[in-house]
Amino acid sequence: MPPSGLDVLFQGTNFLRLLGGLWVAARIALISMALSVLLGVPVGVLMTSRNRVIKAVTRVYLEFVRIMPQLVLLFVFYFYVTMILRVNLSGETSAIIIFTVWGTAELADLVRGAITSIPAHQYETGYALGLTPLQVQMHIVLPQSIRRLIPAAVNLVTRMIKTTSLVVLIGVVEVLKVAQQIIDFNRFTYPTASIWVYAVVFALYFITCYPISLLAKGLEKKWALSSQPSH
Amino acid sequence: MSTTLKRLAIGAVTSALLLGGLAGCGGNPSSNSSNSFNTLEQIQAAGTVKIGVFFDKAPFGSQDSTGTFVGYDIVYGERIGQDLGVEVEWVPVEAASRVAFLETGKVDIILANFTVTAERAEKVDFLNPYLKVSLGVVSPESGVITDISQLSGKDVIVVKGTTAETYLEANNPEIKLTKFEQYTEATSALLDGRGAAWVTDNTEALAWSLQNPGFTTGITTLGPQDTIAGAVTKGNTTLLKWLNDELVTLGTENFFHKDFDLTLKPVYGDAVSPDDLVVEGGKV
Repeated sequence: MPPSGLDVLFQGTNFLRLLGGLWVAARIALISMALSVLLGVPVGVLMTSRNRVIKAVTRVYLEFVRIMPQLVLLFVFYFYVTMILRVNLSGETSAIIIFTVWGTAELADLVRGAITSIPAHQYETGYALGLTPLQVQMHIVLPQSIRRLIPAAVNLVTRMIKTTSLVVLIGVVEVLKVAQQIIDFNRFTYPTASIWVYAVVFALYFITCYPISLLAKGLEKKWALSSQPSH
Repeated sequence: MSTTLKRLAIGAVTSALLLGGLAGCGGNPSSNSSNSFNTLEQIQAAGTVKIGVFFDKAPFGSQDSTGTFVGYDIVYGERIGQDLGVEVEWVPVEAASRVAFLETGKVDIILANFTVTAERAEKVDFLNPYLKVSLGVVSPESGVITDISQLSGKDVIVVKGTTAETYLEANNPEIKLTKFEQYTEATSALLDGRGAAWVTDNTEALAWSLQNPGFTTGITTLGPQDTIAGAVTKGNTTLLKWLNDELVTLGTENFFHKDFDLTLKPVYGDAVSPDDLVVEGGKV
């Protein structure tokens, strides 16, 4: 029987190395996403401000981060920004910072969209009950907005996990690069290894992203039931 | 009116940011380069040398199934660490980030199958070479091609965008080229007998013909010869001089021939004489 590409996965510590790479990718994406949520919600509230300066600054920030490819941001930040600032940051720390900058912008825009989708009568009812503007935001607008942005935010997490494949350019080796490295190392002895290794990488991405989707679905359902008893 | 104002404001802020960014990019690398690298003394005092290597380009720089770095460049790097009396810290690099790693001093040395070109030499300081590459010609054993003149009027397989294509078009217009996008397409075509020969990098040619019985690399060196060398940050003269002296020392003991036997021979076999690839003492 000719050597199957599947054998490659069980040579040495190859499979553990793949899992290690997955952990690197997941760690970067999850830490960045957690920070993005912490920063993105207040920034998103700021984005709904009527103040022109605040509007302009947040707008430029969002557009800048959206227009610049993440690859360019990672490259410029890791190599040149750290050099100019004379700080020594590891590739992984740099990646978390850039992913947070990106995630905050995207999430803030989602928060902005969710807040503006709350109908005016919700605010008016709140004020009529004697709540302050802050109380209206905290107790009426944000809880409803956050529920509305769950699906898009989860989409952002999974996009982030997949975008981690770019960090190899700044010397951080994650799951996809480990896979390509294993394929290359065995390209003469196991020419068909690529299909198997990529299949495993597909499975690994799936088992990472799918639970996140399930969790989001669960949250949506739970909050939808508990918060709208009157309908 | 308010939208116009808003647009103006956004435009102003954006251009300010862009200008600031450009000024930063233009000004800083040169003004900082004097201290963006570690000198020989600093490396020895720190006890570690950071070497940027490929980790997915077997047999030059790769990781084996346990994650240990292996390959032709790695053997050389280990020896550098040993002779400097310091630990080696391997930094995985990609082809596209090699120059940036050196420019910003994130690594001390790059040993990543780095082909010497005039354009790159403006940004980094190359050491003397330790490897040379050119083209190779793979042909079936039933009709071995040992001289380029035998290919006149015959179909020859090349991969688009490679040195092989540009070289043959410029120097041997009498040869008919059959071009493919992918290496795998080219090799399948050769196996199917859709060409008298396949012209590609000599390292690739040798490795492939060794794995495919019935084929041989009849010509192992053809066309322009590129050299491959290590590199250091521009201006790091102390390290550059030490490494070039090291190459001379290594040459006296035929170090790269031993490195070849250890790392390249298992892949390229006996078809190639090490003298076709390795460079000793930094002199081609």
